[in-house]
Amino acid sequence: MSGHADCVTSPVPPAAGRRATQGGLSNARFLLVSFTSAVALFAALTLARSDYVFFACYVIGQFVVLATAWNILGGYCGYVNFGSAAFFAMGAYSTVAISMVLTEYAQTLAGRVLGAIPTAVLLPLLIVFAGVMAGLVGLGMGYLTLRLKGVFFSIATLALSVVLQTLIVNWDFVGGSRGAYVIRPNEFPLPGGFVGYLFALMLLLVVFALTGARAIERSRLGFGFAAIRDDEGAAEAAGVPTLRLKLIATTLSGALMGMAGAPFPYYIGFLEPASAFGLSYAVNAIAMPMVGGTQSWAGPLVGALLLGTFQQVATVTISSVLNLLIVGLLLIFFVVAAPDGIIGLLRGISRRRIAKKGVAS
Amino acid sequence: MSTAILDIRGLSKRFGGFTALNDITLAVGRGERLGLIGPNGSGKSTLVNCLSGTLINDTGSVSFEGEVLDGLPPHQRAYRGLARSFQLPRPFGTMSVAENVRIPLLYTAAVRSGRQRSEQEIDERTDELLQLVGLGGRAGAMPADLTQVDMRKLELARAMAADPKLLIADEAMAGLSNAEVDDILKLLMTLNDGGITIIMIEHIMKAVMAFSQRLVVLVSGTKIADGAPSEVVRDEAVVRAYLGQ
Repeated sequence: MSGHADCVTSPVPPAAGRRATQGGLSNARFLLVSFTSAVALFAALTLARSDYVFFACYVIGQFVVLATAWNILGGYCGYVNFGSAAFFAMGAYSTVAISMVLTEYAQTLAGRVLGAIPTAVLLPLLIVFAGVMAGLVGLGMGYLTLRLKGVFFSIATLALSVVLQTLIVNWDFVGGSRGAYVIRPNEFPLPGGFVGYLFALMLLLVVFALTGARAIERSRLGFGFAAIRDDEGAAEAAGVPTLRLKLIATTLSGALMGMAGAPFPYYIGFLEPASAFGLSYAVNAIAMPMVGGTQSWAGPLVGALLLGTFQQVATVTISSVLNLLIVGLLLIFFVVAAPDGIIGLLRGISRRRIAKKGVAS
Repeated sequence: MSTAILDIRGLSKRFGGFTALNDITLAVGRGERLGLIGPNGSGKSTLVNCLSGTLINDTGSVSFEGEVLDGLPPHQRAYRGLARSFQLPRPFGTMSVAENVRIPLLYTAAVRSGRQRSEQEIDERTDELLQLVGLGGRAGAMPADLTQVDMRKLELARAMAADPKLLIADEAMAGLSNAEVDDILKLLMTLNDGGITIIMIEHIMKAVMAFSQRLVVLVSGTKIADGAPSEVVRDEAVVRAYLGQ
């Protein structure tokens, strides 16, 4: 606090105080760069000639999307969603429902039309469909719960998860509590096979999610979100239509989570409520942005890459049960020791360095 | 009353059994400097919250430039030209000073002018506003690093960024030193010279007396005096309310 006087007298350039993320690549350039990186990554992994690599990387990619989606509502707007699993499952069960139409009603018009679409084309459509469905659930959840603040909102999202799971368990058409099989194609024309294709789709979703989140962050919408997070009353007074923005956030966040879940039934081949609504999704969707940092798009990416990779390695080397324990411990550590996550730590260091330089000059 | 910019009629607000505001009727003229005083708990802030839409009044109605505001959320009222500063500064904590000012520029000012400023225009306007309130060199500072008086200035800069017609300054000077009070006072005078109607809510009598063209006194949610400042402070009911029987 003693440095105040120096700061006041030293002239600051007019552009100072602009958001750090505002420089750098335009949205189109960022999209291009991330897309190119995704293609390169895919090509590199194809060289490994191992389905397992695709399997493992698919899960990590899925968590990147999930964490980014959570962060749009949780990090940007400050509304902590405990019900991520519900949106993920919503996406997965949209796919199951469509594939049930395919197998159970193969003779009807809907069944025939869907059956004529090759799986490689059907999957992207399923992702879009799941995005719409989960987005609608997000919008509905927003209408019901956004008048609640803080922890009450979080509890409501948890309740939503339970309600949706109960509905699915009692819905025989999608398998009820027994679960449902989704038939995967045996032969697949593209390089990398079917698993490779699933991973490629997930990579595209990652690119889409990251570009979208980054674009939001730098936009008028993103500034509105940040204002809501910092002080909702002051945001309203500054003209931010808080209710509408929060509804946009729940819809976008939900839709993206649903999209992450859409290919999941094809990935595991058999979906049951307990796995679709698994604790792992709800916990990871929160832990990954918290560990990486919630205030920028890079946070969930870093957190998901770190925790996701770690979990994949731990599953193979230590134990598949130990996963969540480790995630839980890391989450506690970061919440206590570094609430702004890894990105926050790095920013703090660079800010201090700039401040030091400023004093020195 | 055709010149009134703000017209409050029969406004009441109750919290459970407690009447915070009781049948307030008050008109504020265009370009006027109105002082609003009253002991703690007399309902001043409740009135501000009812005007800005944060609270919903039980009875009565508020019109702004002839338009009834009842039922409109705060951001809609801001879009019509009604701005407020908060009694306790409420900056956006994760944003720099410049970004704090950016929010109303992106929202209220854009809606009011019907046009979104370019990045460069936003930067220019931000600098202009920060210069105006005397935060010129602090654009990059974080709110947590600001002094009390700078925090108040930021609060005013943010209110001003909305290009308001009416500014409600809710205790913009509480806890400041004499010199700092004069600073803010001068600032409010400048804004008023620019054509902005100002309602000043204040405990510091010296500032209120220097600023106000008209003085309104609230006691226990009731308006007990309304008139020229020099007369109002001699009013028996006012003296009794402030000094006791």
